[in-house]
Amino acid sequence: MSYEAVIGLEIHSELKTKTKIFCGCATTFGAEQNTHVCPVCLGLPGVLPVVNKKVVEFALKAGLALNCTINKFSKFDRKNYYYPDLPKNFQTSQFDLPIAEHGYVDIEVNDTTKRIRITRIHMEEDAGKLVHAGDTIKDSASSNVDYNRTGVPLIEIVSEPDMRTAEEARAYMEKVKSILEYIDVSNCKMEEGNLRADVNVSLRPTGSEMLGTKAEMKNLNSFKMVENALEYEIERQEEILEDGGHVIQETRTWDDNKGITLSMRTKEKAQDYRYMPEPDLVPIITTDEQIAAVKKTLPELPDARRDRLIDDCGLSSYDAGVITNSREMAEYFDAVIKQNVDAKLAANWIMGDLAKNLNAAGKTIAESPVSAKNLAKMIKLIQNNTISSKIAKKVFDEMWQSDNDPELIVKEKGLVQITDTDAIEKIVDEVLLGNPKPVADYKGGNTKSIGFLVGQVMKASRGKANPAMVNKLLKEKLSQ
Amino acid sequence: MKITKQTVENVAMLSRLNIADNKMDKYIEEFSNFLEYVDVLQQVNTENIKPTAHVLPLQNVFREDIVKSSLSREAALANAPEQEDGYFKVPRIIE
Repeated sequence: MSYEAVIGLEIHSELKTKTKIFCGCATTFGAEQNTHVCPVCLGLPGVLPVVNKKVVEFALKAGLALNCTINKFSKFDRKNYYYPDLPKNFQTSQFDLPIAEHGYVDIEVNDTTKRIRITRIHMEEDAGKLVHAGDTIKDSASSNVDYNRTGVPLIEIVSEPDMRTAEEARAYMEKVKSILEYIDVSNCKMEEGNLRADVNVSLRPTGSEMLGTKAEMKNLNSFKMVENALEYEIERQEEILEDGGHVIQETRTWDDNKGITLSMRTKEKAQDYRYMPEPDLVPIITTDEQIAAVKKTLPELPDARRDRLIDDCGLSSYDAGVITNSREMAEYFDAVIKQNVDAKLAANWIMGDLAKNLNAAGKTIAESPVSAKNLAKMIKLIQNNTISSKIAKKVFDEMWQSDNDPELIVKEKGLVQITDTDAIEKIVDEVLLGNPKPVADYKGGNTKSIGFLVGQVMKASRGKANPAMVNKLLKEKLSQ
Repeated sequence: MKITKQTVENVAMLSRLNIADNKMDKYIEEFSNFLEYVDVLQQVNTENIKPTAHVLPLQNVFREDIVKSSLSREAALANAPEQEDGYFKVPRIIE
């Protein structure tokens, strides 16, 4: 029997406020353990939490950018459970009246656009961080708790179970990250846990409308992990069903080293959160005017920006998608083409050599040693035939080291392209004389041998001959 | 809803409370009384009454996003039953 996976994601995104959601403790990542805590976030008796205005503003922005309806009457609730990373024994979250509901994002997988519905977005506080004594939580005799992260503001974005493959889940998470980056409400540094996903997956016979029993995997903080954990889990459930067994509803942990999911039996039997309205916080009322004002602050979002690059710059849908996926890259691209350079050439250089060098150096494009201005200048040098694409790679490497003006580099290193026909002809003649066999091959019908001859001419000119002219001249001379 | 020994045990587990066996009958009776009273409340007609989100007539109480000083680590850990290297130390979590 063939099965279909039904996947839903809960994405937790930390918001980039200076202070926590209910107190004035700093949210800075990487501080010494238990130094960003106060009576409010430690849940000491008698304290009164007060909502950080910025959190509501950011949540509204996220709600609108993810096409949600804003609940004009919203409130906080207590979600009760015992876990040592939660000092109050309840998490202040939102239950029946979240700040936003009924949104969607569109994802592109295999050239098809698919709409993934968003059930709700609610505001809540993050929990503390556990450091386990053993290698994993399962073989630790005790754990240590750092409450610095407790109370850092989060929005939880809950999707409908609209995804069918690990690839779609990844694309969805990438899109949500991209939008949150564009609207600048989260740092989205996945390695610092700014963005984490809980993934639910169940299987059902293809074509069936019924939902199977699901397993949940919590706290996946990279796209790769989401994809790998899902692929593994889909296969695991498929094997169980194939053998006539039943999937157990449970939380499983993803072991990234071993590449498997493991059952995580906690002491809590059935989850029963016993939500109750938070008596220490008052309702949040949002007016139409406020919503309109927040809407005005939204920048051009990834989809609109991608369409613009396709329509106005003539980029392919794929290239436009890659460039607009990150706001930083989209802005870099815009800065390059503002200098009136060819958009496709700019896209190729940004997605090619620049991205390759940035990846290798572990840098983001905002930290690029090559400025947009200088990259634009270099592309112009290619466009006006001053340098060949091949030489441009050398110039680019120089710029990567120094971010010097490419015109200067070309002059200093004597890299100006030879476009003088006579000069090229001289080299071509020498090469033809020195390589009788490939010449004979070509004349005998093996036209591929021209590639070798072009290479020889380029080599003799130390890469400076204009390749198009070399090609043309060689062809002319070989057919004489 | 009929309160049984299992109901009381479940609520006690969720609240991390130990209930001695000789107190069980007493709790079953008290729980039943609470719920009977709630049943009385349920009979009130609330059709035209807005649900209460908060008992005070207040809304939109916010603070600015400005950093205030936190507790010293010593003060934060002062009441911890166990601590280690500046952390709160807790017993094994997973069964």
